Amino acid sequence: MCHQTVSLVARYLEANGIPTVVFGAARDIVEHVGVPRFVHSDFPLGSPCGEPHNAAQQREILEIGFKLLERAFVPRTTVQTPFKWSGGDAWKDLIFTQAQPFLDAEDEKAWLERKEHYRKLKAEGKR
Amino acid sequence: MSSPVRYIDRIREYYLPLYNNPYKWAHYEDAPFTPLKKPLAESRVVLISTSEITARDTAREEGDDRQSGGGVYTIAADVPADQLYTPTPSFDKHATTMEDVGAFYPTSALHEAVESGRIGSLTKRFHGVYNAYSQRHTRERDLPEVLKRCREDGAEVAVLTPV
Repeated sequence: MCHQTVSLVARYLEANGIPTVVFGAARDIVEHVGVPRFVHSDFPLGSPCGEPHNAAQQREILEIGFKLLERAFVPRTTVQTPFKWSGGDAWKDLIFTQAQPFLDAEDEKAWLERKEHYRKLKAEGKR
Repeated sequence: MSSPVRYIDRIREYYLPLYNNPYKWAHYEDAPFTPLKKPLAESRVVLISTSEITARDTAREEGDDRQSGGGVYTIAADVPADQLYTPTPSFDKHATTMEDVGAFYPTSALHEAVESGRIGSLTKRFHGVYNAYSQRHTRERDLPEVLKRCREDGAEVAVLTPV
């Protein structure tokens, strides 16, 4: 949902005259929405700007975004950063699987409660 | 290099046992495009995030209008990274950590870019948008509010980071 929200913000700002660049990990979601400029790092959700505690890599990824701002000439331009996740790719097989729940039970409960609250508001015509 | 995760498919399968009605993700055929109006070295940059970034000193925050879904809030741009954290559970906790905010909220790197002259300046405030299940809520209420705050601060370029 984060990647969708950010993509919607990027589109709106851009349509109103502010150039944007999105740094993201969920490539399919950002490209499904469609944004002007996108820097994709093939990293786990939570680390769209580089690996934790790797400030040099984070700076390099930001610089790729700056260059994209300067050089992109059409919308939907995606740049794939050259970095590989140092812990390997095993996380890709496990994310959002029943073998490895994305949220623990407490987080899931809070999320479902917020969702239910939204449904009630919608049913009452407030949303 | 293996292919990126197909989150839309993965999430649909993951939640199918719970919901018969898969989420309809926002989708557009076209995308807007605004070229830079002047060099980055002369441009004022704003950072916008969905990371629920939070200042340990809450006096540095303003306008937190978090609703049951969505909402926009603002945080001073000069809060040092070591004074920031995120309470969000929405990340791959099995693969990464939110200990280093630079991995999802590049405030330190942006300040360095100002010091080196790579970008002109930063806005006084950065902004956060809470995720909403309702795209209508995001589109009709949150997006105009983000734009308003960006314009108030004279933002000329936006850097956006999801978690």
